[in-house]
Amino acid sequence: MRLGVLALQGDFIEHIAILNRLGVEAVEVRLPGQLEGLEGIIIPGGESTTIGKLAVDFQLLEPLRNFGKEKAIWGTCAGAIFLSKDAHRNQPLLDLMDIKVERNAFGRQVESFEADLTVPALKGVSAEDKPFHAIFIRAPLISAVGKGVEVLAKLEDGEIVAAQQERLLATSFHPELTKDDRFHRYFLKLADAKE
Amino acid sequence: MEKEVATFTVKKGLAQMLKGGVIMDVVTPEHARIAEDAGAVAVMALERVPADIRAQGGVARMSDPELILKIMDTVSIPVMAKCRIGHFVEAQILEAIGVDYIDESEVLTPADEAHHINKHLFKVPFVCGCRNLGEALRRIGEGAAMIRTKGEAGTGDVVEAVRHARAVLGEIRRLQTMAEEEVMAYSKEIGAPYEIVMETRSLGRMPVVNFAAGGIATPADAALMMQLGVDGVFVGSGIFKSGDPARRAAAIVKATTHFNDPYILAEVSRNLGEPMVGRQVSSIPEPELLAGRGW
Repeated sequence: MRLGVLALQGDFIEHIAILNRLGVEAVEVRLPGQLEGLEGIIIPGGESTTIGKLAVDFQLLEPLRNFGKEKAIWGTCAGAIFLSKDAHRNQPLLDLMDIKVERNAFGRQVESFEADLTVPALKGVSAEDKPFHAIFIRAPLISAVGKGVEVLAKLEDGEIVAAQQERLLATSFHPELTKDDRFHRYFLKLADAKE
Repeated sequence: MEKEVATFTVKKGLAQMLKGGVIMDVVTPEHARIAEDAGAVAVMALERVPADIRAQGGVARMSDPELILKIMDTVSIPVMAKCRIGHFVEAQILEAIGVDYIDESEVLTPADEAHHINKHLFKVPFVCGCRNLGEALRRIGEGAAMIRTKGEAGTGDVVEAVRHARAVLGEIRRLQTMAEEEVMAYSKEIGAPYEIVMETRSLGRMPVVNFAAGGIATPADAALMMQLGVDGVFVGSGIFKSGDPARRAAAIVKATTHFNDPYILAEVSRNLGEPMVGRQVSSIPEPELLAGRGW
């Protein structure tokens, strides 16, 4: 299976390193033609305004929207914002996932944090039943989800930080900054699922 | 499910999110807006860009918190601000107003000629300049969560940025070829903490993100630094001292993403108007060079 990682800006190398460790071929995607032959794509952490602007400048918006209608896309942090329909702000979005996100919902950098999450869905990829240690950096929140969207993880106070809509996955934290590859394996299953 | 804040992971993590991006010096909220619209990943809020500090002389200090707060209100991307080397109270003030990153910077007049700030004591992460691997790893030892090679700020001459990036990256390559028993003597020679030298050796890179800075003025300069192997670029005077800042800023952002594609680099380099005038580093008298500040 070949997966892509959107490499316009952000921590795409961290995602590629984990995919390679899992034995998956991963390619950097900067131009529309590079989407060809991919089973799925990860949109990494970074600055969502920068990624959105570059996606517009290099004509990636429509190709990514079409890609997401058939194939798997996972957005981490900035990537989750970019996947959403509504970011409470005028910036380019893929408009694919029926979620509303609130950018920098926890405050500025000094409020960035780490926390353990209970993620029942990960039982599908791993027998070990331990919490997922999540890293939140100037992180967005998923403030509302539409009908077809399943909530995968919440913080203790009920705030939504991971969600899935068919083959689209959004996490407001960064599994690529940890050694725990369960979310990556979870995404591989989504990418591998035949329609 | 306790939340842990201000861990080294989240400090260096923000820098990881900035990779492949351009951090731009801005002196007004209008500049900050132009930078964000052009695709900057962060802005550095300051009162004078390095070219003006160089031209006007005098003591260069932390900017007025009022100016930094206005810039923080204007943009949604991270805002960085500079304090003087060793001036931990300026750093405390910047942390108190909530900046996202502090640059303990040689561009400002040093407040301490022997010591840098103990950056472990702060919740806000720090970026520091370096000219070589020893200097970089000393800063990481003091708690810096991001490094930038210094270059020579305010010149528009990329030669020092290249020199410092080549020094750091070349020293890492040499370190990787060393036998393990040689590493202690090497650590002593470059004046860097042994554990961090060992970590760098096994990672094949510094344990934190490494940007280039100081003299980058064109899209080609930015791509040059990226091809040499840095993680992203700071552009100071190069944008707002040029003829058409918005256009040049957007072009440098595109060049940093497509640094390996000469056709795109050619396209984005067209019709950018006048670059900053610049000043050849070799014509600047030694006492006026900024990169030598840092211990």
